[in-house]
Amino acid sequence: MTAKIVVGIDGGGTGERAIAFARSIGKQIDACELILVYVIEWSPFSFQTPEENAERHKRREEEISAAQERIVDPALASLTDSGLNVRGLVKHGDVAETLDRIAREEGAGQIVVARTSETSIASRIFGSSTANLVMHASVPVTVVA
Amino acid sequence: MKKSILPGAGALLLSASASAALAQETQSIDQRVNELFATATGPFVSFIFAPIPGTSFPWIVMWLVIAATIFTLYFGFIQVRAFWLSIQIVKGDYSDPNDAGEVSHFQALATALSGTVGLGNIAGVAVAVGIGGPGATFWMIVAGLLGMASKFTECTLGVKYRNEYPDGTVSGGPMYYMSKGFAEKGKPGGKFLAVLFSIFCILGALGGGNMFQANQAHAQIAGITGDYPGWITGIVFAVVVFAVIVGGIKSIAQVTEKVVPFMGILYVGAALVILIMNADQIGAAFGMIFAGAFTGLGVAGGFVGALIQGFRRAAFSNEAGVGSAAIAHSAVRTKEPITEGLVSLLEPFIDTVVICTMTALVITISGQLLMDPETGRFVLNEAGNAIATVDGNTGVALTSAAFATGFSWFPFVLAIAVILFAFSTMISWSYYGLKAWTYLFGEGKTTELIFKIIFCIFVVIGAAASLGPVIDFSDAAIFAMAVVNIAALYVLMPVVKEELHSFMSRIKSGEIRKFKH
Repeated sequence: MTAKIVVGIDGGGTGERAIAFARSIGKQIDACELILVYVIEWSPFSFQTPEENAERHKRREEEISAAQERIVDPALASLTDSGLNVRGLVKHGDVAETLDRIAREEGAGQIVVARTSETSIASRIFGSSTANLVMHASVPVTVVA
Repeated sequence: MKKSILPGAGALLLSASASAALAQETQSIDQRVNELFATATGPFVSFIFAPIPGTSFPWIVMWLVIAATIFTLYFGFIQVRAFWLSIQIVKGDYSDPNDAGEVSHFQALATALSGTVGLGNIAGVAVAVGIGGPGATFWMIVAGLLGMASKFTECTLGVKYRNEYPDGTVSGGPMYYMSKGFAEKGKPGGKFLAVLFSIFCILGALGGGNMFQANQAHAQIAGITGDYPGWITGIVFAVVVFAVIVGGIKSIAQVTEKVVPFMGILYVGAALVILIMNADQIGAAFGMIFAGAFTGLGVAGGFVGALIQGFRRAAFSNEAGVGSAAIAHSAVRTKEPITEGLVSLLEPFIDTVVICTMTALVITISGQLLMDPETGRFVLNEAGNAIATVDGNTGVALTSAAFATGFSWFPFVLAIAVILFAFSTMISWSYYGLKAWTYLFGEGKTTELIFKIIFCIFVVIGAAASLGPVIDFSDAAIFAMAVVNIAALYVLMPVVKEELHSFMSRIKSGEIRKFKH
């Protein structure tokens, strides 16, 4: 049976660390599929103008293709070059909730993310996405330092 | 917003008061604008508000109420039986997580609400209660509850017949369901109704969605800084609106969209605190509302006066049956048009049944309306057309004075809230008007720019004209939209029934399931 691992990426150094770790464990497991997930932070409870609403579908498509092109595709290319079985997804939503949902839907055995060094007031009050994921995930989570 | 308007107006105010002659001249500009405006719109207003022969009841109010009642009965009290389901849909219980990033039901509702919650809830209610007495509140609530069914009908159709363009943008609203829906049913006249609706929608956007807002925003600012010519506020407002809708400075609109909901919560919160502080009087206030609803308690026009004012202000505030919400709601991403209809029925509930009632209760218990202690009947003003108030306040000033009895600082918060509400309503209506305009004249940069410039000019006219003619024209234009829209709803309501039936049976069978539990 193929072991599936969901890897949260963010297009920055943090995501790179998660990818590097996923690469090393991916190589150690015979049948392994890595699912790279980039989540665009989005809340269904935000407020928008009528024009923003009318153009939302178009913007969403643009956001997805930009993220796919700039963040997911380069990461996929580098992992495929390493001989790994890998695919990528771009999703909108809350980072922690979305990673967990995909892990459940895909039947993944674990989620790999890297620790961010967020120091914003919001993350101090509400907790960072990583902390939220660790608290609520339904599969084991590996947090890369 | 605050930064760009208040200091600007203040500086201009100083220079205006520096010269008495200039002030006189500018006042006369206001007067001229006012006279011209009243003459130009008079016949239209008279037609819309013509009474049913032999009565003093305007036919248009009857038209709205009968429609709302018919929709309520036709859909089997949908506003009651699907109320909880509507809340679940707004919460996102039925939203597919794979659609995340699209316009959610909550966002569509919030956007539509920010176009309707505003001066109608603050100034409009004061006008209703000032003229029709507390009894008008009762009829306002009744109209709000019935209006939920009208809103449900029009917003379902708005989503069902919207245009989705290849670039991913959407356009929807009554003009689209009129032309496409009628064609689908093989009925003639859809296109004609769509054109007529679009004309009235443009007038409504310029009237209630613009002039009334500018007018009352000016009244608020003048109330704080002292009186000065309205066209000055008008120009400042017009410049900011221009910057947003023509200049594409989205940040102003985005900030407003985010601040307005908090203003709404603050307003309701303040009203609640005042009501709690005067909890012992709430019973008496409801007593007056019920008694006044059927007897008039001495107000001008008696019981019918209360009823007309209640219905009129409710319709103006929640816009049920008017068709504007169908434009706002049509952007939502859903495979089931009925879900948006269900979400939209919460709009008149929040707007009228909750917020308007709070305003009315605060005004009633504030003691601002003068009553003869011996007879228990209201004292009329000198003109005999409204209830006399403590300082002769009407409209938003009356609400402000009523809230000031609870919190002396509240008029300042209210002033900022009114300006922001006015601004967000203008932005929403500029979009509704634009959609109607592009329906008539085609999409394109130049045609859009022409409308936007006209819109900005009307901001100045609205701020300069006096309340009477502006409020009449605003009401008339918005009700004219309802004349056409409701006629189309009668023809298309079987389509909604079919959708509703199919949706409800699939919910029952479990085919449509919740994504969240």
